[in-house]
Amino acid sequence: MSATYNGPKVCLWTLDHADPASLATYVANGGYEPLKKILAEQTPATEIIEQVKISALRGRGGAGFPTGLKWSFMPRNYDGDKYVVCNTDEGEPGTFKDRDIVEFNPHQLIEGMIIAGYTLGAKAGYNYIHGEIFELYESWEKALEEARAAGFLGKNICGSGWDFDLHAHQGYGAYICGEETALLESIEGKKGQPRFKPPFPASYGLFGKPTTINNTETLASIPWIMRHGGQAFLELGKPNNGGTKIFSISGHVNKPGNYEIPLGTPFADLLEMAGGVRDGHTLKAVIPGGSSAPVLPADIMMGCTLDFDSVAKAGSMLGSGAVIVMDETVCMVKALERLAYFYFEESCGQCTPCREGTGWMYRVIKRIEHGEGRPEDLDLLMSVGTNIAGRTICALGEAAVGPVQSFIKHFRAEFEYHIANKRCMVGS
Amino acid sequence: MSLSAASLSQIDKEIAKYPADRKQSAVMAALRIAQVEKGWLANETLEFVAEYLGMPAIAVYEVATFYNMYDLEPCGRHKITVCTNLPCQLQGADTVADYLKQKLGIGFGETTPDGRFTLKEGECFGTCGSGPLCLHNNHKMHTHLSPETVDKLLDELK
Repeated sequence: MSATYNGPKVCLWTLDHADPASLATYVANGGYEPLKKILAEQTPATEIIEQVKISALRGRGGAGFPTGLKWSFMPRNYDGDKYVVCNTDEGEPGTFKDRDIVEFNPHQLIEGMIIAGYTLGAKAGYNYIHGEIFELYESWEKALEEARAAGFLGKNICGSGWDFDLHAHQGYGAYICGEETALLESIEGKKGQPRFKPPFPASYGLFGKPTTINNTETLASIPWIMRHGGQAFLELGKPNNGGTKIFSISGHVNKPGNYEIPLGTPFADLLEMAGGVRDGHTLKAVIPGGSSAPVLPADIMMGCTLDFDSVAKAGSMLGSGAVIVMDETVCMVKALERLAYFYFEESCGQCTPCREGTGWMYRVIKRIEHGEGRPEDLDLLMSVGTNIAGRTICALGEAAVGPVQSFIKHFRAEFEYHIANKRCMVGS
Repeated sequence: MSLSAASLSQIDKEIAKYPADRKQSAVMAALRIAQVEKGWLANETLEFVAEYLGMPAIAVYEVATFYNMYDLEPCGRHKITVCTNLPCQLQGADTVADYLKQKLGIGFGETTPDGRFTLKEGECFGTCGSGPLCLHNNHKMHTHLSPETVDKLLDELK
């Protein structure tokens, strides 16, 4: 029996239609109806937040923080501008879901951002789009024009007297801007270096004003929740893990791509939907939640269901839902060398432990990979990692350490073989 | 030194997205637009952008050096940036990168003597499911690369 999911999809349902990105397709299938209803009935913000809380929608960018709770942090009676910001700075290796929402269902994201703007009392919103997908920056701006022309954005939206506008802001090649306060700095026209928290963005955000930042998939889920109710969204997934979720599966599978399935689906089912491990090979390891998530060996992963709690219990994290699959031909030292280089390259340089530590870890892993490893190197790597984690302003330091410590924990013999024999255990 | 009227009108459109006293927010877009026109960002271009947006030149320089899609040195007519990060690597990016290096006779960070191609190594483009990938002049993505599709792409880029 082959694994399939034929139930409702929250975000990528437009792909079942001929012209998925068009306003006509979106409107013909009930799009912008939740917004019209909210504006016509002047639904109180507290009621909207209550539905989002019931839905158990958890942030889809990686942290899994409950969205309703985050929204409730915004000051209600603040006399001044507030902002809503969407994080489409999708640069976590393995993650490519938000790009598909922007490409194939741009209006649901727009509607989600407008509803967020209404609920949070924002004056305007910005969508920060990863620089490398510049074609989608342009296409999303076109979608904004369509929404404006249809009266969903700008002055007096749907005749309600309420004004709100949205804009696209481009990244241009900095992974760190996916961190929410670095992203705010970047919108302000500065280097993307994370801010020290507190104060949190809900009190001091964009231009120093109260700001809520959510991931693309999170915001795109809001219209579905308002249309079908928080309870229906919750029931798509499992308790504390509401909804379907887009899993981006890449690496050694026959059909890499995005699969939108309920949270709590067994990993084995997703692997099957993706055509299984590439022909003639066997599963060795999986990074279940983007490159920052600790790697898990095949046997542990095959026993996991894909939800925040189950993957955390197995010793990793669901993160952004980016599943990187590796078969038996992968040298774990070489794979780790590439990831370590990434964090070294992308550290913003602000905090010494991360700036120096990521380079140090990369150099040590590189020398192991290239036959110059020393017996004490593995302990050294573990110790450098311990001295980065928890000692920096943002989570990039910890994200760099997760792969290093988990690769060594689960595949120590391969690293030791590399050091002792100056060559690879795999494929040599 | 100035930018063309078309570039300035694009920059003005970006400035209009932000509060009136927050013109600096348009700096990333302004540098992108300037780079498209000039091919790369010389110091005088950075100074022009700084003046246009009412920012200190050093603040523009900080931005231009922080984000890796800006080029602060002259570039070939066609900049090819290949993602070599892990998911793309698993899907064959190293083979594609080696093929490009061999075919163009240059390494990462180098430009062909005729000024036609610059080759760069990129970090995750967020499109891993379609790897191996490259970007042409930052804005056009080519997916599912193989030596055959690379041949075709290079032939098209005169």
